[in-house]
Amino acid sequence: MMEPGLYHILFISAALFFIGVYGFLTRRNLITMLMSIELILNSVNLNFIAFNKYCWPGKLDGLFFTVFIIAIAAAEAAVAIAIIINLYRSHQSIDVENAEDLKY
Amino acid sequence: MITGSTILFYILAALTLGCGIIAVSTRQIFRAAISLLFSLIGIAGLYFWLEYQFIAAVQIVVYVGGIVVLIIFSIFLTQQAGEKLPKQQTDRKIFAALAVFCGFALSMLQVYQHQFNIAETTVAPTVADIGKKMLTVDDGGYALPFEVISMLLLAAMVGCIVIALRSKPETK
Repeated sequence: MMEPGLYHILFISAALFFIGVYGFLTRRNLITMLMSIELILNSVNLNFIAFNKYCWPGKLDGLFFTVFIIAIAAAEAAVAIAIIINLYRSHQSIDVENAEDLKY
Repeated sequence: MITGSTILFYILAALTLGCGIIAVSTRQIFRAAISLLFSLIGIAGLYFWLEYQFIAAVQIVVYVGGIVVLIIFSIFLTQQAGEKLPKQQTDRKIFAALAVFCGFALSMLQVYQHQFNIAETTVAPTVADIGKKMLTVDDGGYALPFEVISMLLLAAMVGCIVIALRSKPETK
């Protein structure tokens, strides 16, 4: 086992990003797709923090990007869940295949 | 030389990735939400491991305490309890796994070929530094993005209320 460093964290965050992409491509339920998006956003946050720690330790820019991404993710999740609940009320389903009113 | 810190790092990494895989692959939606919770806790642990305690605390408060609870509530509101998700098509799964694997291999190849100039010393930021930098209006301060984010949160709050408001039945 090697001493963990920047490359290990980049490996974890890339793996987490692509796990999220896999979930986004295969899932057809809106809530589980939202969960995949949360995983993707978290992998990006981990990347920012790792670069801030290992490459520019005297600065705080990566940390602030992470804070702002967390805030935007919270707002996005709240709005998305409001839309999902409204969709469920009108269609009795939150499957993306059934939400096609705007398609034609 | 294997130290406790190294072992802790690998445990946290395994927790994060393993729970992430369960979160995107299980057919029971409630189990997916719980594994997402543990994956986010693992990421908070990695922030602690990196000595960014402030971000770890924010991660636990916002994600674990806020977003996952919101997701679990919306599962209760929209899903019949105990009902499994429909089976996914196998060809879609295979193509998605293939695309994801190729993307991962390509990006890791790029990362390992690139030489990052890693600094020798690391300083853990204190909360006082973060607070000062966040509210500075000088060069390199983050006062303007801070205000913009507060406006965004207000707009999102109003938007949520308007969207989720049950419209009254029209009476004539």
